Amino acid sequence: MSSSYQARFKVWRGDTGGGGLTDYAVEVNEGEVVLDIIHRLQATQAPDLAVRWNCKAGKCGSCSAEINGRPRLMCMTRMSVFDREETITVTPLRAFPVVRDLVTDVGFNYDKARQVPAFVPPADLLPGEYRMQQEDVDRSQEFRKCIECFLCQDTCHVVRDHEENKPAFAGPRFLMRVAELDMHPLDAAADTGLDRKRTAQDEHGLGYCNITKCCTEVCPEGIKITDNALIPLKERTVDRKYDPLVWLGSKIRRRSSAG
Amino acid sequence: MATGTEPKTNSDSSSETSGDTRRGGVRAGTRAAIAAPHLRTDRWWLAPAVTAAGLLAFVVYSTWRAFANEYYYAAPYVSPFYSPCLAENCAPMHAGPNWEILGGWWGLSPALIILIFPLGFRLTCYYYRKAYYRGFWASPPACAVAEPHKKYTGETRFPLVLQNIHRYFFYAAVLVAGILTYDTVLAFRDENYQWGHMGLGTLVFLLNIVLIWAYTLSCHSCRHIVGGKLKHFSKHPVRYRMWQFVGRLNARHMLLAWTSLVSVALADFYVYLVASGAFDDPRFF
Amino acid sequence: MSVVDRQEWDVVVVGAGGAGLRAAVEARERGARTAVICKSLFGKAHTVMAEGGIAAAMGNVNRGDNWQVHFRDTLRGGKFLNQWRMAELHAQEAPDRVWELETWGALFDRTKDGRISQRNFGGHEYPRLAHVGDRTGLELIRTLQQKIVSLQQEDHRETGDYESRLKVFQECTVTRILKDGSRVSGVFAYERETGRFFVLEAPAVVVATGGIGKSFKVTSNSWEYTGDGHALALLAGAPLLNMEFVQFHPTGMVWPPSVKGILVTESVRGDGGVLRNSEGKRFMFDYIPDVFKEKYAESEDEGDRWYEDPDHNRRPPELLPRDEVARAINAEVKAGRGSPHGGVFLDVSTRMPAEVIKRRLPSMYHQFKELADVDITAEAMEVGPTCHYVMGGIAVDSDTAAARGVPGLFAAGEVAGGMHGSNRLGGNSLSDLLVFGRRAGLHAAAYAAELPDRPPVDDTQVDSAAAEALRPFSAEGQTAGSEAGRPPENPYTLHQELQQTMNDLVGIIRRDGEMREALEKLADLRVRARRAGVEGHRQFNPGWHLSLDLRNMLLVSECVARAALERTESRGGHTREDHPSMEREWRRINLLCSLTDPTDGLAATDPVRGQITLTRETTEPIRPDLLALFEKEELVKYLTEEELYE
Repeated sequence: MSSSYQARFKVWRGDTGGGGLTDYAVEVNEGEVVLDIIHRLQATQAPDLAVRWNCKAGKCGSCSAEINGRPRLMCMTRMSVFDREETITVTPLRAFPVVRDLVTDVGFNYDKARQVPAFVPPADLLPGEYRMQQEDVDRSQEFRKCIECFLCQDTCHVVRDHEENKPAFAGPRFLMRVAELDMHPLDAAADTGLDRKRTAQDEHGLGYCNITKCCTEVCPEGIKITDNALIPLKERTVDRKYDPLVWLGSKIRRRSSAG
Repeated sequence: MATGTEPKTNSDSSSETSGDTRRGGVRAGTRAAIAAPHLRTDRWWLAPAVTAAGLLAFVVYSTWRAFANEYYYAAPYVSPFYSPCLAENCAPMHAGPNWEILGGWWGLSPALIILIFPLGFRLTCYYYRKAYYRGFWASPPACAVAEPHKKYTGETRFPLVLQNIHRYFFYAAVLVAGILTYDTVLAFRDENYQWGHMGLGTLVFLLNIVLIWAYTLSCHSCRHIVGGKLKHFSKHPVRYRMWQFVGRLNARHMLLAWTSLVSVALADFYVYLVASGAFDDPRFF
Repeated sequence: MSVVDRQEWDVVVVGAGGAGLRAAVEARERGARTAVICKSLFGKAHTVMAEGGIAAAMGNVNRGDNWQVHFRDTLRGGKFLNQWRMAELHAQEAPDRVWELETWGALFDRTKDGRISQRNFGGHEYPRLAHVGDRTGLELIRTLQQKIVSLQQEDHRETGDYESRLKVFQECTVTRILKDGSRVSGVFAYERETGRFFVLEAPAVVVATGGIGKSFKVTSNSWEYTGDGHALALLAGAPLLNMEFVQFHPTGMVWPPSVKGILVTESVRGDGGVLRNSEGKRFMFDYIPDVFKEKYAESEDEGDRWYEDPDHNRRPPELLPRDEVARAINAEVKAGRGSPHGGVFLDVSTRMPAEVIKRRLPSMYHQFKELADVDITAEAMEVGPTCHYVMGGIAVDSDTAAARGVPGLFAAGEVAGGMHGSNRLGGNSLSDLLVFGRRAGLHAAAYAAELPDRPPVDDTQVDSAAAEALRPFSAEGQTAGSEAGRPPENPYTLHQELQQTMNDLVGIIRRDGEMREALEKLADLRVRARRAGVEGHRQFNPGWHLSLDLRNMLLVSECVARAALERTESRGGHTREDHPSMEREWRRINLLCSLTDPTDGLAATDPVRGQITLTRETTEPIRPDLLALFEKEELVKYLTEEELYE
């Protein structure tokens, strides 16, 4: 088997004014990933082909795109998963406004990040006095593996297929951030009157999620977003909003502690 | 600028696309101009199609059996569709799960009374929700495949906001699973109600009850209740261990949902075969 | 010239990695209106690539640890060339910087008693690295990013505007630092997305742009590492210190070719991984240098016992400082005992159960599985040296992080020189970012606040910066009607040639003749780079961006080559085949690079003679109480007689 061959690519070129898929024939060598091919196109055929990338090792989450219609990191998509005869289509993320070629405006995600109230440090602990057990940080640590590639935000049909839901819905990445903070063993948000369980539903649109798991499917870090973050968060919200027994229980407890 | 490289302003480039905004979704005005609703080249439709077909098959089968109101008891086996049997019109089962709570006014199949609970449990189950949202509602049909709906509000409004009562169905499902466990114990009798016997049906019931329990306990609500709601696992070591156990089951929730669905239908069908006389239950001892 | 958008800020931070963000947090908390400019998206900085951990002598795992031990290790690692005051501040302040991250929401791995867990690393006497699996850099950058967001949320509550006091200009590149006389007056930048130019007027600028790895072919660094900050400081008149010291990390991936250079974390060795050559031999036992003889195990048995009982055994030589391990691997490969793809074998599969590997080294497992189809729980990795870090950098004041000679200019992180001497220990980078990022932000804010007037921005500087940035669009031979002109150069080709030159001629092992050849090639590339031309327009045009980055890479490459040619000894990240030993006389010498002709940009400089002038400077004597932390027998290996008796 020869180690190098010519592959057929279709790459979306264009900007806000329009664009389309452009055909390229390009050399592929053993062990290469899609991002290598995009770079080869840049260096040999299309020097102004716009693409975001940084680490090329699946750690920074910059080179998100859609390859044959599936949201993926270009640096972690090996060419060997494709048939040599196959035409490989690369387009920008289709849930966000396009800037140019493979680059999209991901500002939506930065806006949403700002709407999630930050970690609230416990008032009675000084730096260096924090004590946490490993089993208590495991859950939030899983969510902190997130490299913010925004593939989950891109694939989530709530905003991908319904632009009008963007204001109301934070998306899987930032609902997971809410879950991360709510499960943080020392987050003191409750002491300041902030109920993350309630705001998950009321302010970040958790109810829009219909747990169809595409976020989990595309996550390059293998984070179980739906099972470990979104559903537990939904259950926590149920505690607050939809479970009359829990509601009654907390009412009684409050009354008895007040009395 | 002499070089002609000054960037275009956005106002003069939007004319072409502004008319397209009403199309919405991935073809909305500001997104990359791609006409196709999706560019997936794999058989993305296979999973939702198989899911829909599987669920549909079960719905057809269970509807027939639930309304049939016959062939659900062949001593010592009672079909899980009819257990517990809560109406007067139940077939008599010796020491079996027929408690005539509802009395004589109920004229329909007694299965309908009790099936509400497992049905509700599965209907609001986080896995089945995914399965039928994808398979029946195409919302979305598959990842990055555009859904056909104009509007989407998810589970924010009636009726879908009711999905949040899942945990009550879980409580009910635990009771039902308890009764089915009782039925399985009864299956260790022979047709004359003598203890210490086993037939092929006993094995079918055993398999079914194990899968029913595994599915029920692997429920996300269960995971939350036993420990997921805690902030500090380290202060509740026993609940932490339970949470870990349920978590391991929960990772296989989809598998358990399907296998228990098949096994419960199988158990019912086995009873049907034996009760209708189409098949003679092989007795081991 | 078109009107360029201008904004006023108190402090501008160039770079949004660990150092830049820490500086921005500090400056904003000290009341300065602070702008951060970064080339990538916010939160994507190269810091995310750091895997192992943050070195801080908290003593959570071994109570014997304290800042003095950390200081000693740092100086040993740097072969005593470190700017000792920086090393002292670094060792003293690192624990506070780590603890502070916890109050911002960071979640480090824990010890049994709930403290921050610490792991072993090359050159560190005790387990010292606070870590999160092998993704510590990600945790650091995310924590700082979220701290910035929380400050913006505070500002939003007060002013209704998230960006009123702290703003991140993401995907923007600074091409010039603007000056009013000798002092800083602002920066000139362009927005990558639109290509628009803008000026941020500010009395204080913190440069925190990271390193220079993209000048080398095999590197663990991302595209951003084009030496921007080094070049900006040079062009602004600030000297660079000891640029010859470039760290080649011993373990980068060697196969497949497209991922060659990507880092394999040192934690693999810290947690028990061993290096073997093609004969299956643990060759590192043959490469323990004399200065480290007493500190490292002599047999495999002793080395293996150390993981369980570090108090009664010496550590295995796989954990020698990076320069030693990199040279050893290089020598093994050269001697024909390398792996099939030109590296050596790094094996954890026979040392730890698969489950433990997956838990402790998840990203390594993932990286090899996805990129090389290698299951590290079942087979050995192939690894080889990769350009990783530059110890040299902007010469700064140890306490204030202020660059020399340019009031208002500050530098922190990898772009600043001195802290690590001739070689950096693993884990000391992240702590460096935090300690000196904070100091740079603090002193930049103080400087800006104390200044009686805002330095005005000179229009002609803005115009010439704009003209310089636009030159690639009108490269010689490109404009219509000038048939006589030579064809424009492809910036990608130039970049590849530059990387090849630096890799081959100024790489891990250096020789006089090769470096002279490199300087000639660099001169040639410099001439050709002036003709680097690009197609298309200014909106997100990577060819144009690269053309502009070439200027910076050529400048820093020349610094590295010239300084490396000058230093006729081998020390840390600088190995001369023709001068293989470490010379005590050279320990007292710092090499400073400055621009030969700072008056007229780059146009007037002679292509052959080059753009960089070197000056020698005697290092400041190490403070006696710090010297007293070492045994006399150790000091005689590094210091000259007269230094010892002073």
